[in-house]
Amino acid sequence: MTGLIILLVYVAIFVGSFFLIRALVRRTTNDFTSLKTVTFGDESAVTSNRSASIISVLTIFLIWGAFTGSNWIPSFLHAPGPFVGDTSFTYTLEAADGSRDDATVHVRVVGFGEETANFEVDPGDGFAKDDAVSMNASRSTTILFDRNDEIKRSDDARVVAINGEAIGPDTDLTLDVGRFALTDKGAISFAPPSGLQMEPIWLPPPEAVVSRVIEISNDGYRDSTLWRHLGYSLFRVVAGFFFGALLGIPLGYAMGLSNWFRGWFEPIVEFMRPVPPLALIPLVIIWFGIGETGKIILLFLASLWIMAIAARAGVSGVNITKVHAAYSLGASKFQIMRHVIVPNSLPEIFTGARVAMGVCWGTVVAAELVAASEGAGMMIMVASKFQLTDIVLMGIILIGVIGFGIDILMRKIERTLVPWKGRS
Amino acid sequence: MSGLSIQNISMRFDLPNGSSVQALQNVSLDLKPGELMSVLGPSGCGKTTLLNIVAGFLAPTDGKIVMNGHTVTGPDAERGMVFQQGALFEWMDVRSNVSFGPRMKGQSEAQWGAHVDHLLDVTGLGGFKDKAIYELSGGMQQRVALARCLANDPDVILMDEPLGALDALTREKMQGLVLKLWKETGKTIILITHSVEEALLLGERLLVMAPRPGRIHKEYRLPFADMGVGADLRDVKKAEGYASTREEILEMIWDMEEEIMGRTEAEK
Repeated sequence: MTGLIILLVYVAIFVGSFFLIRALVRRTTNDFTSLKTVTFGDESAVTSNRSASIISVLTIFLIWGAFTGSNWIPSFLHAPGPFVGDTSFTYTLEAADGSRDDATVHVRVVGFGEETANFEVDPGDGFAKDDAVSMNASRSTTILFDRNDEIKRSDDARVVAINGEAIGPDTDLTLDVGRFALTDKGAISFAPPSGLQMEPIWLPPPEAVVSRVIEISNDGYRDSTLWRHLGYSLFRVVAGFFFGALLGIPLGYAMGLSNWFRGWFEPIVEFMRPVPPLALIPLVIIWFGIGETGKIILLFLASLWIMAIAARAGVSGVNITKVHAAYSLGASKFQIMRHVIVPNSLPEIFTGARVAMGVCWGTVVAAELVAASEGAGMMIMVASKFQLTDIVLMGIILIGVIGFGIDILMRKIERTLVPWKGRS
Repeated sequence: MSGLSIQNISMRFDLPNGSSVQALQNVSLDLKPGELMSVLGPSGCGKTTLLNIVAGFLAPTDGKIVMNGHTVTGPDAERGMVFQQGALFEWMDVRSNVSFGPRMKGQSEAQWGAHVDHLLDVTGLGGFKDKAIYELSGGMQQRVALARCLANDPDVILMDEPLGALDALTREKMQGLVLKLWKETGKTIILITHSVEEALLLGERLLVMAPRPGRIHKEYRLPFADMGVGADLRDVKKAEGYASTREEILEMIWDMEEEIMGRTEAEK
């Protein structure tokens, strides 16, 4: 139900902001693309709308905040929260002889995670006495209303109505005060309105995640600071990728330059390429344990085939006229390797490296989920076992940000080292 | 014995389906140092195969190439090659491309610098030394290819449709440049082209090849290349004999094309 509302809100913002931005932003530039009349079907005329990106990110935070009751969002934007405060209802007790008496139950509902404190009320008169109950928001509680009553359930007394509405063992009741039901033994089960907001245990508000980042980067989690956890993950990725590239690139070159190498390694590479690195985790753990060696070997295997195939494609992709030209200019085999084949394969190798880094980053997190004593994956795995959803969210966000950062870094390096890519 | 001698070259490819193609049959000719020979012929007449054999990229099934008294067994710096396109090194700037040959020989910049800069000036690339290859136009790129070949100082220059990808105006300018460089350097040049005009303008000798099997059909000796050195090539086209020779060769190639078409029809 809440999910559907979130979806509707999201779609409404998507459509609404589209029309709003279109109405607000007039075309101001006259560059070539903006003068095109045919844009539908012309992929080159489709550029990422900057406003849409900004609103998209803001919307995610807005919805996140609104449905978690975040302090960062003005409270009029909050989704209806669970009931918090004092409320009361009246129950009608019918004794075995048919006589009835009303009593009031005072309920004090406190917010998520706060301590409940018992309080006293005046019991009033009649054989049913008033009760005082303290509970947490969004929970239901079983009210043993007859502990102070003069006639109890053991005397065959039973609740027949709440606030004057009839209730029975098979008849549940939903009133403005909350939902009521009778348990098998006749006690009142009461749940105050839970609203549309998420409990922090499902989804903590953004500020809780941020304060976790600060807390864990200062104090650490599981004996290691945040930076140590992330550093371990990054170190494994870089080490695994380094060794994978160190062996994979020469292997790919050899496969691109020699029949024998290609024939020998092709079955191995073609077999290992479609095996997801995640499927190797159990074997790697059996062989090398859960320490650093196993992880680095896993990432080595994850990047090795990608880099080998990229290097092979780079060699195969060399225009034969370039090689012919170099031979005609008197270059030796070694010089052709050094000055023609290697530079010519760099664009392919960089494409492969970007893929390999992405795969390694995904694999290292998965491997740490399975078993590790440090690392980003281990951090969110352990936190999930203790239902520390804010740490899990924090971990996921940081993993995403770092993965994104790695890709941007690789692209920067690529642009500096192979400026001719795609322009020959 | 200097110069280039093509001795009875035959080339047969076996196809995967068991048949074979006779790309060249008994092709023989001799080139004296400093000769410029253009080669014409319809598609499939084996011009490019012949050039690749002379360059040493392909081994003929019969016959041999003798260059400066020794038999050709592979590519060598003595036979430079200018390709149609795509042979430049994008990872090097213009000057590094042009100086590639000397640098591969281990020469220092002191040895090749002046020569390379001179060639860059001659080919009109003086202001583009530090440009990246992908920043140049097609005509500029072919100037780089020419300069790169000359910088290596080969005895023979093999040109495989070097101007084929250029627009008509650029092409005419480049034809003038080729003639100028030919006279200045005295290189032996074999130029393969699809354009009859280009073959007439540039070829001191003009070889017309016939297809299936690839063979020499007719050879001309023409005065137009000498006329064209330093002159306006449009004037050369008005010279006596130019138009009639052009018509004759066009007719010849037309007949060959029609014969191929007819034969292909008959095979069907």
